[in-house]
Amino acid sequence: MEKKSEFLEGLKVGVPVAVGYIPIAVAFGLLARSFAIPNQITILMSLMIFAGASQFIGINLLVLGASYSEIVITTFILNLRHFLMTATLSQKIEVKVSKSWRALLAFGVTDETFTIGVLRSDKKLSKYFILGLNTIAYFSWNVGTWIGLFLAPSLPDVLKASMGIALYAMFIGLLVPNIRKSKTVLVISCIAIAINSLLSWLPIFAGVSNGWGIIVATVMSAAIGTCIYPEGVERE
Amino acid sequence: MLILLIVAMAAVTYVPRMLPLVLLQNIALPNYINRFMGFIPYAALGALIFPGVLHSTGTNHLEPAIVGCIMSIILAFLRCNLILVVGGGIAGAFIVNIVFL
Repeated sequence: MEKKSEFLEGLKVGVPVAVGYIPIAVAFGLLARSFAIPNQITILMSLMIFAGASQFIGINLLVLGASYSEIVITTFILNLRHFLMTATLSQKIEVKVSKSWRALLAFGVTDETFTIGVLRSDKKLSKYFILGLNTIAYFSWNVGTWIGLFLAPSLPDVLKASMGIALYAMFIGLLVPNIRKSKTVLVISCIAIAINSLLSWLPIFAGVSNGWGIIVATVMSAAIGTCIYPEGVERE
Repeated sequence: MLILLIVAMAAVTYVPRMLPLVLLQNIALPNYINRFMGFIPYAALGALIFPGVLHSTGTNHLEPAIVGCIMSIILAFLRCNLILVVGGGIAGAFIVNIVFL
């Protein structure tokens, strides 16, 4: 049956993402617990929000005493990049997939599932493939959160601090192999890094939040790429 | 009250994921827009990684994050599995944390 094989294929392709999510989600559970966030709130965050960067920033701001509206606005700004990602994904999913299915699949779009889906191949993605990919990622994210909350408080502090890098290591693992394949990708990602660094470090941009910095850097870099590479992302 | 915050965060996370996917169903975008979108994942990953990674292992010392980051880049460049890239990054940061700090 095609449905089943597509779903299983999605699960299979999602295994590295799912395993990579475990330490990140464990780190999230640990961090939330060390900040004395109630366990049920932490669990609910992973169930309902399912976005690593948002959840980390959310609890950080909560501990810093930010107001709820500030937290929600920051989360929104940080997530505007998903507008770009799902707009890209909308062109990559089979056209026949219905609106309600699209609304369901949208919940599982993360930086990682998006990257895996879009970079997979030139053919259109089926809904069952994406469902499989999202399911395994969602499952491991929540299991990891539980592990972090209930099993890991006994971990030494140095290990907990070191696990903060997990989310970034995952991004590196997704980006670097593509840089190896294509010089265009190297240039585009370096431009984005340069712009984001300027926005972060130059005193005149001190008012620009991290979320906006990421969005501006992403859009500007992709726009520059569109102008200087008329052939798009070349593949060797 | 915290629950309300979580619900609001969930809403502002879900809406940007959902709207383009649902609204752009039957719209074939012009070539230059597709080209632009083809660059988005790489641009976004670059901006997400740096400089955010520098403060990922604590705000006092950058060394563990830098070493972990280099470990991950090397492993990723050698086409190691994503699991190893993440594990190597954590291990690199951890070693610097216990040996030097």
